[in-house]
Amino acid sequence: MNLIKKRRLFQIFSTLGFNIYLPSFFKGKIFQGNIKGVCVPILNCHSCPSAIGACPIGSIQNSLATLKFNLSIASYQFGLYVIGVLGAVGSLVGRMPCGWLCPFGLLQEALYKIPSRKIHIPRFMSYGRYVVLVLFVFLLPLLVLDQYGFGQTWFCKWICPAGTLEAGIPLVILNEGIRSQVGLLFSWKMFVLILFLVWMVFAQRPFCRTTCPLGAIFGLFNKVSLFRMAVDDDKCIQCNTCYENCPVELKIYESPNSPDCVRCLKCVNSCQYGAIEYEFFPKKQPKKTTVQQS
Amino acid sequence: MKRRWAYVLFFIFILFTIIGLKFGEFAAALEKSITVCLNCIGIG
Repeated sequence: MNLIKKRRLFQIFSTLGFNIYLPSFFKGKIFQGNIKGVCVPILNCHSCPSAIGACPIGSIQNSLATLKFNLSIASYQFGLYVIGVLGAVGSLVGRMPCGWLCPFGLLQEALYKIPSRKIHIPRFMSYGRYVVLVLFVFLLPLLVLDQYGFGQTWFCKWICPAGTLEAGIPLVILNEGIRSQVGLLFSWKMFVLILFLVWMVFAQRPFCRTTCPLGAIFGLFNKVSLFRMAVDDDKCIQCNTCYENCPVELKIYESPNSPDCVRCLKCVNSCQYGAIEYEFFPKKQPKKTTVQQS
Repeated sequence: MKRRWAYVLFFIFILFTIIGLKFGEFAAALEKSITVCLNCIGIG
């Protein structure tokens, strides 16, 4: 089995695995087992009825939104648990979960297969995800507080299309109580979701590349993670086959460990010269022997 | 050199996780994740 098929299987099994409690869909309620406190390394809304883990971006926002209140009651919860999990995963494999595990990544790749005129995403738009991370995930939940000292989950509320798709739509359909409360905000979130879904048909992974705060966090680790990409300059003739196959339109020979790379390894598979490699643990270098002149 | 950084970062973040768990952050994450997030749905 080649890398492409292996990756597709990983994506499918991870989507099912992280959303395995399917009976919740029939009840119109969300899964509430104790395992749900475990933070997952993907953008998977924990209000999806069948989700069995906590969304890291939602959890970070919740920690920051309740920070002031928690400190006022001497509860020292800074969100270190979630940041620790993300950092540990990031320092091991960098942005690999985006390419191999994320259900929203799988959806984007599936929609891009729809035949249509394809468009490129300008490189500068990749900075958008850092703006979203700093502003909507860190600053606004931390600084904009109500009279009781509680903030809001700004990214979830105003942007996250994964939440609308995985949680909003199913719960609005299945739960009458929730359906009766639908208003303008839901319309806005549906608009954002449709915007991204249409964009996904015409461009490769637009959400990952321009908006996803989790991708922004993992991307920061690409340059230092244990899992690394490498290009052999002697073998690479810069034919751009890797660029044509890359879901984030990277020229990997220019920057093998770019923060934009989702480490899907399509480039490794497509390079007919074997110039692109990946390694996890360092290969042991053979000891150099010196010959003494007599 | 970069690999050494990866190990150092890994252990620092594991330490963060352990400290977070000690301060009861797992329970906090669980409490939030088993409650329907109205903001996520779009009716907050």
